[in-house]
Amino acid sequence: METEFGVWSVVIAVLGGAIRVGTPFIFVSLGECLTEKSGRINLGLEGNLVMGAMVAYATSYYSGSAWLGVLAAGASGLVLGLIHALLCQSPKVNDIALGIALMLFGTGLAFFLGKPFIQPQAPRLPSLELGAWSDSPVIAAALNINALFFVGVAAVFLVHWLLQHARFGLRLRVVGESANAALALGIQVNRVRLMATMAGGFLASVGGSYLSLYYPGSWSEGLSSGQGLMAVVLVIFARWNPVHCLYASLLFGGAAALGPALQSVGVTSGYYLFNAAPYVLTLAIMIYTSSARRKLAGMPAEFTQ
Amino acid sequence: MNETPILEAINISKRFGSVQALDTVSLKLRPGSFHALLGENGAGKSTLVKCIMGYYQPDSGSLLVQNREQVIKSPEQATRMGIGMVYQHFTLIPNMTVAENFVLSRPRLPLAINWKKEIAELEQRLATMPFQVDLRKNVNHLSAGEKQKVEIVKQLLLDTRILFLDEPTSVLTPNEADEVLGEIHAMTRRQELSVLIITHKFREVMQFADEATILRKGRYVGACQVSDTNPQQLAEQMVGAAVTVAVAERNEQTSPQVTLAINNLQVLDDMGLPAMKGGSLQVRAGEIVGIAGVSGNGQKECVEALAGQRNIDAGEVHINGRPFAPTRTDMHRNGFFCLPEEPLRNAGVPNLSIADNLALRAFDRPPFARLGFLLNRRRMKAHAREKINEYKVRTSGPEQKLGELSGGNVQRVILARELDQAVNVLVVSNPCFGLDFKAVAEIRGRIVQARNQGAAVLLFSEDLDEILELADRILVISAGRFVYETTPQQADLQTIGQHMAGH
Repeated sequence: METEFGVWSVVIAVLGGAIRVGTPFIFVSLGECLTEKSGRINLGLEGNLVMGAMVAYATSYYSGSAWLGVLAAGASGLVLGLIHALLCQSPKVNDIALGIALMLFGTGLAFFLGKPFIQPQAPRLPSLELGAWSDSPVIAAALNINALFFVGVAAVFLVHWLLQHARFGLRLRVVGESANAALALGIQVNRVRLMATMAGGFLASVGGSYLSLYYPGSWSEGLSSGQGLMAVVLVIFARWNPVHCLYASLLFGGAAALGPALQSVGVTSGYYLFNAAPYVLTLAIMIYTSSARRKLAGMPAEFTQ
Repeated sequence: MNETPILEAINISKRFGSVQALDTVSLKLRPGSFHALLGENGAGKSTLVKCIMGYYQPDSGSLLVQNREQVIKSPEQATRMGIGMVYQHFTLIPNMTVAENFVLSRPRLPLAINWKKEIAELEQRLATMPFQVDLRKNVNHLSAGEKQKVEIVKQLLLDTRILFLDEPTSVLTPNEADEVLGEIHAMTRRQELSVLIITHKFREVMQFADEATILRKGRYVGACQVSDTNPQQLAEQMVGAAVTVAVAERNEQTSPQVTLAINNLQVLDDMGLPAMKGGSLQVRAGEIVGIAGVSGNGQKECVEALAGQRNIDAGEVHINGRPFAPTRTDMHRNGFFCLPEEPLRNAGVPNLSIADNLALRAFDRPPFARLGFLLNRRRMKAHAREKINEYKVRTSGPEQKLGELSGGNVQRVILARELDQAVNVLVVSNPCFGLDFKAVAEIRGRIVQARNQGAAVLLFSEDLDEILELADRILVISAGRFVYETTPQQADLQTIGQHMAGH
């Protein structure tokens, strides 16, 4: 009886964890997806994430409003995205090298500016207690969902709609598929990429605010565990489809929640091994999705240029 | 013939750096006419059209559209005036549907797009057009002929009245070319369209065009009624001298010996799907076997597999009865050489010099290498100078980078390299794509020469005329299989076309 409940509680905890741990992935992968759809890769989103976490925490601390913190994080992401896009426009600048530089810049700057905020407590983001009806603490905990998750889901479908039905989204896809065709259509390639990179930076930094303002829930230098970089893999896994980004993020979140969930029912052996689940999953996905013989379906054609 | 021209370019000049691309060139396009713009590569045809379209601003000269002087500053402005252009290379956006491509080409897009309404409207307009295209299809899944139709429909949807076509049939089968040009021709007869076409194919000029304007080295040479002239005269005007388009002499083939044998070759394409689904053929010494087919039926993958650029999934290749694997050692031992299509991308290194590119087959052997690793650069350069002379490559010298040469000259360099040693097997793919006919004659001559000297030549070409001219035997490829065999003497265009289309 007890083991049966144990299994179920692990499943429920993993599902809850998928949402809790996966939320920042949703934002970062969506941001990366949007940027890559325009034909450019931004590897600096890890920097956006950490910077966003710091800025959100500091703003929340000073203003007393966590939501203001989220907005401030987004603004910091816009700035980092702007830097990436502007530098990329110069001839002979490689977006990959620049992304790595900006990743180090973003995290370094965040660590430097964030020193004073490691101790104090800032207001956190509210969550919706959708599990209040249940007596089970496991279910109640799993259904305690942060409001930012719903914002993320809404953003996913908004971006999806944008890419299919909006003038801007259509132009963004043209730029990502063929810069030449875009020029022939009179589309300003650099401007579209600038906007896509900035919007992507905004989303990634909002994802960072979730880290410091909800889960884990405070600012520290070890806050991010590489979500910004793994988002790049997620986008490949999701085949550059925003809705698939949502599913992939939840899958990764679930994998990351596996270790803590098992620990909560007393399985402590191999805790660190289970914590490595998302990274193992990353590797497995990379191996599974790549082939020496096949091109990746759905990859924006300009992406490899 | 005294009608007011719908479009008139007067004394257009354009200079790029030290090159005078256009020197006081004039052109008159009558309404409802099908006008050919002829000239060799570099004669300024594309430059002239681009000056009219607003891509370039001419240095001097003027432009009259419907007898009113106009300055066209951008292609968008040309579009608004009803002037449109279809390019040699497709400008469609891959990975998007035909409908998305059409909607995107409109000068004004609404902020949000109602696809149901857009598609209904497009279907309505398509119903009035001679070309039928599937709006919901992804551009990636269209054949070359379908893509070209989409390009033209795109222009017609923009209410284009004056249409420029820049070598529109270079990737089409003869049947497709005739269909597309035939419909456009019919539209000019109904006075719905005036057409200016850039082409190298005299067959198309003679069949469809009313008038022709000829350019040479950036200068206007003359204009004429097509009915008053013939290909020979046109060619002479283009080159500026008498042209002898001699078909290369070929000796009788006597050898019964099979040099190249391909058995049940299977190759996958980039998506991991079978492209060659088990092709078998034999090429004898001193024989050219021509593979005719619409592009995208496995030719590219087959050539890449033979050249070692793609894995062979199943099947064998034998040369002189021995198994052949496309490795450097095997290629050298068997005298295997290859001239793939787009040689700058597939067989050359653009950033290396001509001398280096010419040595790529043999740089690791004497006389270019000592002790197997010390390169003899002086020897390589001397060899390059020899080849540049022999093949008449237009270059500043052996040190010039390959990527800086024109298409025809790149082709000459790669061919010079591949025909340098004793050739046993030669695989060639679309060797004359986009070249002017002087270069074409020269390169075809070299291929026949290799055959005469006993090489087994496998020629893949999308240009059926080329295959009919060169091949001793013709195979038709369709959907990854060789489906039909004939000889140039017995060849019937209709039958070949049907097999190319997979019937």
